[in-house]
Amino acid sequence: MTWTTLTALLSHWRRNGLQFFALISGLALATALWSGVQAINAEARASYDAAAATLGEGQFGQLLPRTGNRIDQATYIALRRSGWQVSPVLEGRIDTTQGRVRIVGLDPLTAPGNVAPVGMQEGTSLDDFLTRGVLFAATDVADQLENAVSQRIVTDPSAAPGVALTDIGVAQDLLDAQGTLSRLILAPEQPMGRPDLAGITPDLVLQPAQDAGADRLTDSFHLNLTAFGLLSFAVGIFIVHGTISLAFEQRRGMVRTLRALGVPLGRLIGLMIAELVLFALIAGAIGVALGYVIAAVLLPNVAATLQGLYGASVAGTLQLRAEWWLSGMAIAVVGTGLAAAGALWKIAHMPLLSSARPRAWAVASGATARRLGAVAGLLFLVGVGIEIRGKGLALGFVLLACMLIGAALLLPLVLRGAVTLADRQARSVVWQWFWADTRQQVPGMSLALMALLLATAANVGVTTMVSSFRVTFVDFLDQRLAPELFISAEDAAQSPDLEAFLIDNAREVLPLLSVETEIAGVPSDLFGARVGPTYRNNWVFVAETPEVWDRVARGEAAVVSEQLARRAGLWTGDAVAVAPGLSLPIAAVVADYGNPLGQALIDEAVFSDLYPDRVPTRFGVRTDDAAGLREKLVERVGLSDAAIIDQARIKAFSLEVFERTFTVTGALNVLTLAVAAFAILMSLLTLASLRVPQLAPAWALGMTRRRLGRLELLRAVVLAFVTTVLAIPLGLLLAWVLLSYVNVEAFGWKLPMYVFPGHYALLTVFALLAAALAALWPALRLARTPPSDLLKVFANDR
Amino acid sequence: MIVRILLLMVVLPCQAAAQGFAGLGSDAEGFAVPQPDYAFDFPQDHGPHPDFRIEWWYLTANLNGPDGTAYGVQWTLFRSALAPETREGWSDPQIWFAHAALTTSRRHMVAERIARGGIGQAGVTVDPFEAWIDDWRMAGPGLDDLSVTATGTEFAYDLSLQATRPLVFHGQNGFSVKSAQGQASYYYSQPFYDVSGTLTLPQGPVEVTGSAWLDREWSSQPLADTQSGWDWFSLSFDSGEKLMGFRLREEKDAFYTSATWIAPDGTTTAYSDGAFTARPLNSHMVAGRQVPVDWAVKLPAKGVDVTVKALNPDAWMSVSVPYWEGPVTVDGSHGGRGYLEMTGYE
Amino acid sequence: MMLTVQDVTKTFAGGEGDLPVLRGVSLSLDRNETLALTGESGSGKSTLLHLIGGLDTVGSGAIEIDGHDITKMTDSDRAALRRTDVGVIFQQFNLIPSLTVAANMAFQARLAGRYDADQAARMSDALGLTPHLDKYPEALSGGQQQRVAIGRTLVARPKLVLADEPTGNLDEATARQVLDQMLDLVTETGAALLMVTHSQSVARRMKRQVHLSQGRVA
Repeated sequence: MTWTTLTALLSHWRRNGLQFFALISGLALATALWSGVQAINAEARASYDAAAATLGEGQFGQLLPRTGNRIDQATYIALRRSGWQVSPVLEGRIDTTQGRVRIVGLDPLTAPGNVAPVGMQEGTSLDDFLTRGVLFAATDVADQLENAVSQRIVTDPSAAPGVALTDIGVAQDLLDAQGTLSRLILAPEQPMGRPDLAGITPDLVLQPAQDAGADRLTDSFHLNLTAFGLLSFAVGIFIVHGTISLAFEQRRGMVRTLRALGVPLGRLIGLMIAELVLFALIAGAIGVALGYVIAAVLLPNVAATLQGLYGASVAGTLQLRAEWWLSGMAIAVVGTGLAAAGALWKIAHMPLLSSARPRAWAVASGATARRLGAVAGLLFLVGVGIEIRGKGLALGFVLLACMLIGAALLLPLVLRGAVTLADRQARSVVWQWFWADTRQQVPGMSLALMALLLATAANVGVTTMVSSFRVTFVDFLDQRLAPELFISAEDAAQSPDLEAFLIDNAREVLPLLSVETEIAGVPSDLFGARVGPTYRNNWVFVAETPEVWDRVARGEAAVVSEQLARRAGLWTGDAVAVAPGLSLPIAAVVADYGNPLGQALIDEAVFSDLYPDRVPTRFGVRTDDAAGLREKLVERVGLSDAAIIDQARIKAFSLEVFERTFTVTGALNVLTLAVAAFAILMSLLTLASLRVPQLAPAWALGMTRRRLGRLELLRAVVLAFVTTVLAIPLGLLLAWVLLSYVNVEAFGWKLPMYVFPGHYALLTVFALLAAALAALWPALRLARTPPSDLLKVFANDR
Repeated sequence: MIVRILLLMVVLPCQAAAQGFAGLGSDAEGFAVPQPDYAFDFPQDHGPHPDFRIEWWYLTANLNGPDGTAYGVQWTLFRSALAPETREGWSDPQIWFAHAALTTSRRHMVAERIARGGIGQAGVTVDPFEAWIDDWRMAGPGLDDLSVTATGTEFAYDLSLQATRPLVFHGQNGFSVKSAQGQASYYYSQPFYDVSGTLTLPQGPVEVTGSAWLDREWSSQPLADTQSGWDWFSLSFDSGEKLMGFRLREEKDAFYTSATWIAPDGTTTAYSDGAFTARPLNSHMVAGRQVPVDWAVKLPAKGVDVTVKALNPDAWMSVSVPYWEGPVTVDGSHGGRGYLEMTGYE
Repeated sequence: MMLTVQDVTKTFAGGEGDLPVLRGVSLSLDRNETLALTGESGSGKSTLLHLIGGLDTVGSGAIEIDGHDITKMTDSDRAALRRTDVGVIFQQFNLIPSLTVAANMAFQARLAGRYDADQAARMSDALGLTPHLDKYPEALSGGQQQRVAIGRTLVARPKLVLADEPTGNLDEATARQVLDQMLDLVTETGAALLMVTHSQSVARRMKRQVHLSQGRVA
């Protein structure tokens, strides 16, 4: 009996190839969406981490020579032997036929954390690196070095631009600097009872670690990408649900017949579950592989290899990890289970004698739509409650879920409303018929349109979030890394000469004056700024009053960081006591992502009055010829290479790596819209056969099949349009919740949100195109329906 | 993290052939191999043997504070050669790394140092004797009279050691066989140190006294391919007798054991495979794995039937190549204390 | 007795209170006997057939098939009975659209575990379906489809055949032809036949007739 029943169940798919294709590909696409987003997320993370790592050299404190640019290697040994955990660095330039290349020598055995080249993990063995000599460089530098050095050169795309990394010993050979070093990196953890630096060597100065703040920004971005991973999961579940419901609807008749012939209900349901699990596994496997291929095709600089599918580690390839396989298969099976639970429940409770006539793929008749609308209203209320009263990250995600599900459930009601509204405006009989007929179609297309709604909302959300993040990140870099070079004087005595030299040779010189203090009870850094074009052009404020910089320059106002302002309960216009006896109004508040210290900025002159002993030893420099100025500083002033930090290069490289993320956004858009379009196509194809009896009267009354086909196409586009219009505010809301609620809960600060109407318009066009493409084939089929089929409608009712 | 990966590559010089703990089972291409009937030459043999792949100066001490509180101290310097030679400067293929630990019944603090030979950051000289890496030192005029120091982020110690008996040689006069296939090392010890000194704990300094045991061992392939790790015991009984015994774990629950019985006057009896047995009694979850921390140890030839228990079951050495090492107490036919080292528990 | 129906009632819940459909019906049917159940629309004849087939449950009363009271059986026991002892022929044919004619004909016999290829071949010959065995139901005319449904039931050799207006969807000539074949084959297999029909001419072909009116035997 089991086998006989199973052959009957399976014969349905053999006879209805299109439905089978819809089922498997619907499931596979949902899984592909999920696993593709996972792969893309992972790649985006890697890109960000690489960007953060290049900013990261400042994360360690350093010991620099007080004068000159060389440290005796014996000093390094003396420091180590007295307990100082320092790691040597030697820098210098070598000439090649195509110009000079900067060589950076490191000791991998003592270097802390992220300093060593990334590619070293796969590219070579330590034995090679230490004893035979290997250089790591980006492709262009590697080419440049090809004939200049005898050592092996390994191309490492993650290497900093213009630099070749190698072992310290090799660097000493190449630079002809035996026994000397440029600077020492200080490990973050130092042993107890370490003697004072001055007691070991008077020739070195300590430069404390600087916090670039990029880590905090990227943490936030990772969280948001995870949230969108979950969103894609939701879109996937919707599509799976639609596909499964359809598959069950179509077999109601067969189920009834089988039961009437004596197949027990339990056995029947068991077999259907087994069948679904089998399909889910097949489709899941296809989906995971597909997602991997899609991700690989869409991502730049990533090669997909067959080994990658099995998670083998091959340098520079995208890896499909076991987690992706598992989570992909899980989404297929769990999604199928979730979707099938309802359908199976219906089958189990379907009276044996009920009509075997397949219903439309309906979720919402008028009454149902109103009921769903009520549930949606309830969900929105819960969401609003959470937003006003709620605290905590988990609730943030509940809020997201409420919004998404609520919006999806509201969709049928909104669609009916929109169509009714249009109906009232309709003048001709044809249009009245069109709108009435469209209203009839809403229930049948609801699930597909819900998928489109979520997909479009996800796209709007992703675009908004990523672009807002990009703008913030670029602003942040512009603000913090505006000067092309940062230069440290060897000591206070050298400062006036260095400053004079810089003023003669650079466009703008920004002395860095700061003091650690307490402002309004908050531990803070107070900065003295030389107000000039850099500040005026690059600083973006959270809140500001007119003529910020003029007032600061006149010593009449201060700029404070968001953290300081929020913690001290101050805002623009309030007075802040920046020092004992000096209270200034706040002219502007500036974002300072997650810095635990507060910041206040006043004019250089005011600062000097307050702290006359402070002499700037560090300078930001604006110049159009950073490389030229660097050489002059090294050759004419005698500064060490380490005393000059090339911010422009760091910034350019960070931005370049960052751009990869935008490919990711594009990839997400393509992927989700493709899936939504597929859902629409499948629901229209299914509806098509049911449409014939509904369209036959209109045909009989004189509308051509061609016209009917065009109207079908128009109908799909109209419904998609209403859906997309609803999706834009939903997507914006989504982005807003992530940036302003989830981010605050997770990190304690808001990420500013920017709106990009151009993107949304383009997205709408894409969504409509996707819907039109999906509707095209069913409409063509309808237009070509033979008149005999239409006539049959009148010959008998089935 | 990268350093850690790199270090793994140091310790696993032949990754393709690597088996067993820390790659010690790999072939000895170009490296010297221990031979029986070696004539030790001191003080030269207290110094490094760069033509052998791996070597260590391994000190463990059981100490007590003024209130009787038990402490364990470890100071180990390892030499791992990428090639059987030395060179001046940074290109020296001799890599040095060291582990220091301070154990109480409740805490186990660990520090690690890594350095390259050839530049003076780490090494061993024999006359006067000094083994050092960074600020960590084991130095004396000679091996009989040592001062030992190490510092970590939250602990430090400074100990003074006086040997009261001559050196002790394991196996056949210092040729210690590690497997039925003949893998072997040179192995001698100084188990008779009286110790006094100061421990610096997070709470402050503590004066301590006690005893210490120094192991000197070098080889190029001390483990067979089939051996996955070892359990090593150095026990000092209240009677003044001492026992060194180890168990090398082979496939399918087979073991290769070896032991040295050390009489109070320093005379030794070597026991070959099977005479000494050690059986785990209880395991403890540490660093995500089960490690046996209570043992039944027997040497029937000397009437030894004791239970060995870890003073602190969490004495996990979370270093680049992690293992378990900590002080133990001994009960049963003999009372006493000692040290236990367990490697290869993945 | 092959079938005994005793005092069976059935009430459906309706919009304006309960609607009694059967108000105590009793009848019996012997082996080899054929019985027509006639009555107007709404007289309850189809409901009675469904109850006998175990497709629905009685309000009160007893239905014994071959000595077993099916009103006391579980759902799955009733399903087993339909599989092996009772064959139902529907007005709507209820073929499985994705199986061929041959597979449909064999289907119930396979479910019952007593498929006999020779017998199936004889049956398809007798019903004139042999040229159509590889076709799918949608390619057949209504009469042919009903012949497939009859074949499906009879190949399984049930003891009791229940037929619900089997010729109701067919034109008169085809209906007569199908009925003839059906009666011949039922007689040949020795099954008892209970047929619901509103047609007097069809009813007269049965050995006995029972007329239902307003839920009672008239």
